[in-house]
Amino acid sequence: MDLTSLTIKQAHEGLKNGDFTSVDLTKAYLKNIKKLDKEINAYLSVDESGALEQAKKVDEKIAKGQELSLLSGVPCAVKDNIMVDGQKCTAASKMLEKYTATYDATVVKKLKELGAVILGKTNLDEFAFGSSTENSALKTTKNPHDLTRVPGGSSGGSAAAVAANMACFALGSDTGCSIRNPASFCGISGLKTTYGAVSRYGLIASASSLDQIGPLTKNVEDAKIVFQAIHGRDKMDLTTADYNFNETTVDLNSLKIGVPKEYFSKGLDPEVEKIIRDAIEKLERIGAKIVKVSLPSCEFALACYYIIQTSEASANLARFDGIRYGLSTQDEDILNVYLKSRGKGLGAEAKRRIMLGTYCLSSGYYDAYYKKAQEIRQLIKKDFKKAFEAVDLIMGPVVPFPAFKIGEKLDDPLSMYLADIYTVPVNLAGLPGFSLPVGRIDNLPVGLQIIGNHFEENKILSVASQLEKMIE
Amino acid sequence: MISKDEVKHIAKLARLELTEKEIEKMQKDLSEILDYFNLLKRADKLSAKETGLAQEGKMIPRKDEVEISNGQDKIVAAAPDEKNGYIKVKTIL
Repeated sequence: MDLTSLTIKQAHEGLKNGDFTSVDLTKAYLKNIKKLDKEINAYLSVDESGALEQAKKVDEKIAKGQELSLLSGVPCAVKDNIMVDGQKCTAASKMLEKYTATYDATVVKKLKELGAVILGKTNLDEFAFGSSTENSALKTTKNPHDLTRVPGGSSGGSAAAVAANMACFALGSDTGCSIRNPASFCGISGLKTTYGAVSRYGLIASASSLDQIGPLTKNVEDAKIVFQAIHGRDKMDLTTADYNFNETTVDLNSLKIGVPKEYFSKGLDPEVEKIIRDAIEKLERIGAKIVKVSLPSCEFALACYYIIQTSEASANLARFDGIRYGLSTQDEDILNVYLKSRGKGLGAEAKRRIMLGTYCLSSGYYDAYYKKAQEIRQLIKKDFKKAFEAVDLIMGPVVPFPAFKIGEKLDDPLSMYLADIYTVPVNLAGLPGFSLPVGRIDNLPVGLQIIGNHFEENKILSVASQLEKMIE
Repeated sequence: MISKDEVKHIAKLARLELTEKEIEKMQKDLSEILDYFNLLKRADKLSAKETGLAQEGKMIPRKDEVEISNGQDKIVAAAPDEKNGYIKVKTIL
């Protein structure tokens, strides 16, 4: 039996029945990492001894006949912008290459309390700025389905690790696409949670009004298990909501699916379009009602997103000043410490975003860019609100095309930003979104995006799980 | 197209040291992206009352209570320079 191909639920059953131990399971993953990651480069650091130590603890619990949580003894990976106490946390930046986290993020604390085994930290675009993981200052991660292509981003390391059986599940973060895009490119499940559903405490901030942590998993059920484990109110993040996930079963016969025409516009690869339409048709054939909806303001979503994202990012990255932590270039003059530490420590895309954000927030341009973008954000929210009055879920593609070649878009930032056209509206509106693998172009996976109303992850997960069974 | 001087001005505001080569590339990239942002000029005008908080959820602040924190040594250790348990900074004034 290949232990690394098991889902969370299967691994849990195996541990409970004594078919294998958590140490066996952890060793199997560590072996895969040793064998495969030289080429895929999903991990930035692997904590072999810490992982085995935790696995042993779980095995002792099992030996004593104690109750096991679903995640107990199950090996996972954590995106390297989420803090694990005592482990390096680099955000894939030269700025934080030597930084060690001084506390656990709330999501990590929750995983640890449930007994999960943390294998290591995964690669990302520097500070989660990107859609391909190529902006990592430390490594280039490859797509396990085609090593000449990107895994998507910015949680590309987490997605590649799960897709290549180098972790049973992983945590990622999604600011504009960063869980759904790599899930789509790597052919796995990825859930971007409702804004406020999961604590951001201990996540290195990219854009605080957009960032959310969520799971990348082998199937829909696993995404549900991880989401259940990490969601909920946290006093350390005042934007978290007092909300409890309640599982539901959606009857497909009474389901209304909104299909926005803006999600099938020019620029969508015809083969991707066919796969997405076929998947939606499967639900229609079984009784779901397809409703044409319009989200007219989505035309402006990408421009709106990149103004708000870069503005917030430029403020969030001001903390990297060479004084308190991270890379520091010493100089007699304090202004030079700032300039040189930042000049040396930050990569091209981080600099570009800081410059764009600073420009949009600067005197004389604030009204035309930042203020205008905030207004459009309200329009986008209104569009979704109106659509959800008529439908239960909205469906469309995640990315307009499958995984592209490494290097193809790296020198053309605007064409890279266009990859996010179908995912950023969801973050601007604070909604939950899912990427479910529904087909392939040759060997390249394509994900269907399922968007739900605020705090209706339960509907998304129920429908995704039923569709998953029809596609298998 | 934004000018080189504008790029340098923004870099100064952002406390970023850029090389000549970076300034040239930045001029090209920013101009292209800002051109794209101009798309927003076509969007509907909204009345002021419709623009509110970025995310509508109710913010729930925690009580401002003093707690023992054990992380001070680790935090100071992460700084490039320290003296007597404090982070050392160059003269500002």
